[in-house]
Amino acid sequence: MTLPTFKGGVHPPDWKSLTGSKEIETLHPLKELVYPMSQHIGVPCTPTVNKGDRVLAGMKIGDSGAFVSAPVLSGVSGPVKDVGMRMTLSGNMETCVVVENDGQYEYTSDLLPHPDNEPLDPKEYVRIVRDAGIVGMGGAAFPTHVKLSPPPDRKIRWLIVNGAECEPFLNCDNRLMLEHPEAIIGGLEICMRIFPEAEGIIAIEDNKPESIRRMEGELSGRPGKIRVAPHPVKYPQGAEKMLIYSVTGRAIPPGALPADVGCIVINVSTAQHIWLAVTQGIPVTERVVSVTGDVIADPKNIRAPLGTSVRELIDACGGFTEPPAKVLSGGPMMGISMRSVDVPIVKGTSGILALSPRLTLCPPESNCIRCGRCVTSCPMGLVPTNLDKLARLRDYPQFESYGGMNCIECGCCTYACPAFRHLTQICRDGKAGVTAARKKEQAKQEG
Amino acid sequence: MNRFLVVASSPHIRANLSTQKIMALVIASLIPAGLAGAYFLGSRSLLVVASSVAACVAAEGLWQKCARQPLTVRDLSAALTGLLLAYNLPPAIPLWMPVIGGFFAIIVVKQFFGGLGQNVVNPALAGRAMMLICWPVDMTNWTVQGVSGPTALALAKGAESFSAVVSNAAEAGQAFPELFDAFIGRMGGCIGETSSAALIAGGVFLIASGIISWRIPVIYIVTAAAASMAFGSALNPLYEVMSGGLLIGAFFMATDYTTSPITPKGQAVFAAGCGILTSLIRAFGGYPEGVSYSILIMNFVVPIIDGATKPKILGEARAR
Repeated sequence: MTLPTFKGGVHPPDWKSLTGSKEIETLHPLKELVYPMSQHIGVPCTPTVNKGDRVLAGMKIGDSGAFVSAPVLSGVSGPVKDVGMRMTLSGNMETCVVVENDGQYEYTSDLLPHPDNEPLDPKEYVRIVRDAGIVGMGGAAFPTHVKLSPPPDRKIRWLIVNGAECEPFLNCDNRLMLEHPEAIIGGLEICMRIFPEAEGIIAIEDNKPESIRRMEGELSGRPGKIRVAPHPVKYPQGAEKMLIYSVTGRAIPPGALPADVGCIVINVSTAQHIWLAVTQGIPVTERVVSVTGDVIADPKNIRAPLGTSVRELIDACGGFTEPPAKVLSGGPMMGISMRSVDVPIVKGTSGILALSPRLTLCPPESNCIRCGRCVTSCPMGLVPTNLDKLARLRDYPQFESYGGMNCIECGCCTYACPAFRHLTQICRDGKAGVTAARKKEQAKQEG
Repeated sequence: MNRFLVVASSPHIRANLSTQKIMALVIASLIPAGLAGAYFLGSRSLLVVASSVAACVAAEGLWQKCARQPLTVRDLSAALTGLLLAYNLPPAIPLWMPVIGGFFAIIVVKQFFGGLGQNVVNPALAGRAMMLICWPVDMTNWTVQGVSGPTALALAKGAESFSAVVSNAAEAGQAFPELFDAFIGRMGGCIGETSSAALIAGGVFLIASGIISWRIPVIYIVTAAAASMAFGSALNPLYEVMSGGLLIGAFFMATDYTTSPITPKGQAVFAAGCGILTSLIRAFGGYPEGVSYSILIMNFVVPIIDGATKPKILGEARAR
């Protein structure tokens, strides 16, 4: 039987064995913790504490009145050392709250635990998810309460837990599925109470047979309509649009949202945090990070408080065996290369990767030979080489008419290109050009 | 440890396949056919190959030096063009001719249009077409192990039936090649065209290693065979496939990335067009052979095919 999947995609070596069998270890950071006020897509938070205040673990230190935003909570207790600009994973300076860890982990929480799991009003669940600061933990960091509040005319038929983890190297979702299947299924069951008509699906790539078995084992005997859906190993199987297409056969129209085709997709770790927040009143103050790569001495899966410095995580894994060429936040296909390791991990940090120059080889670009590898690998059905030409010519109207705005920046075209052309990067530029042109046009019309 | 971190756009890993490696694999897959040519048609074939390859590489280097462009002969694409050009030449050709053909292919057909990836038609085939116009006698002087005579396709040209083909051969003082001889390459023809077995081996290797897809060669060969039957060829379709340049054309010429469509659907259309045109020229044209011209003609149609076979964008209602 062939498993359902999507068109296109690539098969990079997966490097999963580095951390696949490593149990999650907990790290207690010694140094200060840095909390960027923007750990999510949407409006950044405003600090709710001042320099010198003492905060407790689980206390809100940043929040925003905007709907598309999520509060930031401290994971440790101690004095607020600073509220100011610090460098973040992206290399930009952003407003951060810096907390000195006093090592006491004195804990408080505004969230009421519901340990017996009695049904609540759906709106109450969404409120808890927001107050717990839950965002998409797979990397995109879109506020989860927004996802769980689709327009009322959209009927949600599928609730999909994304356990594909298609990026090479990463194992944090895999380990969570192996070690805490009950929490993940619990999170999904809570979501299904918000959307009682929906079917629950846990989608996993078939290179994780242990996880598939574990989740299926946990499901057996439970009432309710949840099933595990294995999918073939192919990058980017875990991209939202690809996953929805594989699971439901529905394609999201350009510009539309998953809810428009009756779907909501949440990451494995997000589901776990929903369960933690609702049943135990625990907000998001920590996450599991795969610290791995070919130049990490002892790759591990580490549960660490948000705000922990990347340097501390790397030190906890024995440091580097040789100087890395790149240190990434996230996987090698879509991750961000960092300027410095003295930056904090945030809600969306699924992995810290240190790669040797051999793996991150980037030879000079040469002419496109029209081999078509970008076309057959593009999961969105685009012709990346055409978009590359148009974006370099800054012909943004044509770029748009060739569907450039549909690019999901998965990186398949660049990975496959034998001429080493920077197709994904140029596509990003093209998209930014179109957006800028649109804004200009809008400004002109307004005034 | 911060100072040496590279900051760059994702993705951060690449497939281990470069243009140079692709060209090297195609060259490797062509070696059996060249050796077969040297064995059946005489070792002079190797001299023709050497002069053509040397001319193409020299032409590319010289052009890039004069145009002050970065030297890219190391990508092996010029060497491949030289090899393919030589494979389309008769073994007895004077050695200065492939040199001129090579310069024409690289400078006029490839570099004038912008170099690698920018040319409209296949440089090797355009070079051959130019040579056929300039030196029609030398370009059609076929020898099999030292004895010259017409090719199987020339013998079959205009023949009503297979027995007429055989008697044509007898008149020309030679035996019509057996099917097995055509398969292994014991028959007159161009250097690289002669051995079907070697070409199929090379082509299957390229498909298996993912360098080319099966689409163009299979559709081209099947269409050409079917069309030749429909047009009432005196030869059985197996002869049609194994004679002349059909196999080298289908596996190695029509599959040239630059001058074939970029979309899988487009490649199918392109290959079918090549097959029909080949049989049309063989059956009704002035030449006994039609592979070169059919591919060259289809090369010109590629932009239209590409435009008409754009893949469907995921989730998009329907083509605009």
